[in-house]
Amino acid sequence: MRTIEEELAEQGFTRDLRPEHRALIAGCGSLRAFPAGSTIFRAGDPADTFYLLRSGRVALEVYGPSRGALTVETLGPGQVLGWSWLFEPYRCSFDARVVSDARTIAFDGACLRGKAEADHELGYQLMRRMARVFTQRLEATRLQLLDVYGDHAAR
Amino acid sequence: MPPAEPTATLVPRAARVARAWRETHDTWSLELEDPGAPPARPGQFDMLYAFGVGEVPISFSGDLTRVERPIHTIRAVGAVTRALCALGPGDALGVRGPFGAGWPLDAARGRDLVILAGGIGLAPLRPLLYAALAERAEFGRVVLLYGARTPADLLYPAELEAWRRGAEVEVHVTVDAATPEWPGEVGVVTSLIARAELDPTASVACVCGPEIMMTFCARHLLDLGVPPERVHVSLERNMKCALGWCGRCQLGSEFVCRDGPVFGYARATPLLATREL
Repeated sequence: MRTIEEELAEQGFTRDLRPEHRALIAGCGSLRAFPAGSTIFRAGDPADTFYLLRSGRVALEVYGPSRGALTVETLGPGQVLGWSWLFEPYRCSFDARVVSDARTIAFDGACLRGKAEADHELGYQLMRRMARVFTQRLEATRLQLLDVYGDHAAR
Repeated sequence: MPPAEPTATLVPRAARVARAWRETHDTWSLELEDPGAPPARPGQFDMLYAFGVGEVPISFSGDLTRVERPIHTIRAVGAVTRALCALGPGDALGVRGPFGAGWPLDAARGRDLVILAGGIGLAPLRPLLYAALAERAEFGRVVLLYGARTPADLLYPAELEAWRRGAEVEVHVTVDAATPEWPGEVGVVTSLIARAELDPTASVACVCGPEIMMTFCARHLLDLGVPPERVHVSLERNMKCALGWCGRCQLGSEFVCRDGPVFGYARATPLLATREL
């Protein structure tokens, strides 16, 4: 069985971290699997875990009383699930429902924060990677908000 | 700029609808009985005339390698398109065309063909996919990345499923919004570019959809390392004569109807970036 450190060497998010940094954060991680249909977290839950998806697919959902559950995004292998562990009050904002059996590397959020605080170079590298994820998701969200396929954009 | 094709004319041919069917809640396809129609290439368009209402440019959307009758897929968004979508078998309409430059299929030979479609933009790209499949051995990977607003807005769902089940096309589909019953991806079409794990050195990309969608897709492809000369987009402007005479669709020094609608991204970028055009 592969170690978490070996897994991190292949994950896009951590691949180009220095090996000693990968070793450091590997100590916060564990391998966790979730069957299709299960829920990894719900909106309002404590955000104490950060997930890297190794396989499978997870839907981020929000529930509206008159609209039911709405999927805002699906995430697949190599993608990051959860960033609320980074910032107070450490509360999840969406539901994460497993669409197809998911294998993850699950990091203890407090452990990661502690290591980033103790080693600011590691902290900077993690924040750079998270910032790239934020940027990509923000751009995607803006495109969704633009509703580019609506009548106003009809070809 | 090449002269207008000899087949081009301002006088419509009389044609009839052979078959009409609904694709989605606001989109229909018409198969035309148009005996005088010259052969068309993927990416070209006809001017379809709803008598008494008006004329609009509509791309070919059927299999131009096999199907003898032209097929056009039309989204009902204005007076003319609504009138066209209301036509049924036997109804008459006017047709001019085919017009415009098609997709550069030859540029993709020996390379990976990446087809990026957004919304109704799949319609002008479907003939390109059919053409590539008719000569499948000529190409490396054939990849279709398709985004739509919701699952109900996806065009040609049965064909998407058949292509997905087959081995000739890699199909990635996403929608901007969905309920949990939708088993597929949710997210913008640009997210599919990373998931498809494209080889930028081998890819030729053809992109069609709303202009904002094409701009972001092209940027993502360029960021990945696909050279701009191998990214092609299909532009849409108000076309009237379709011959490059009237200037209604003029974009800088280009006439979209005659010089396009398919342009290389290097040529299209300055045109798209200029707000006054």
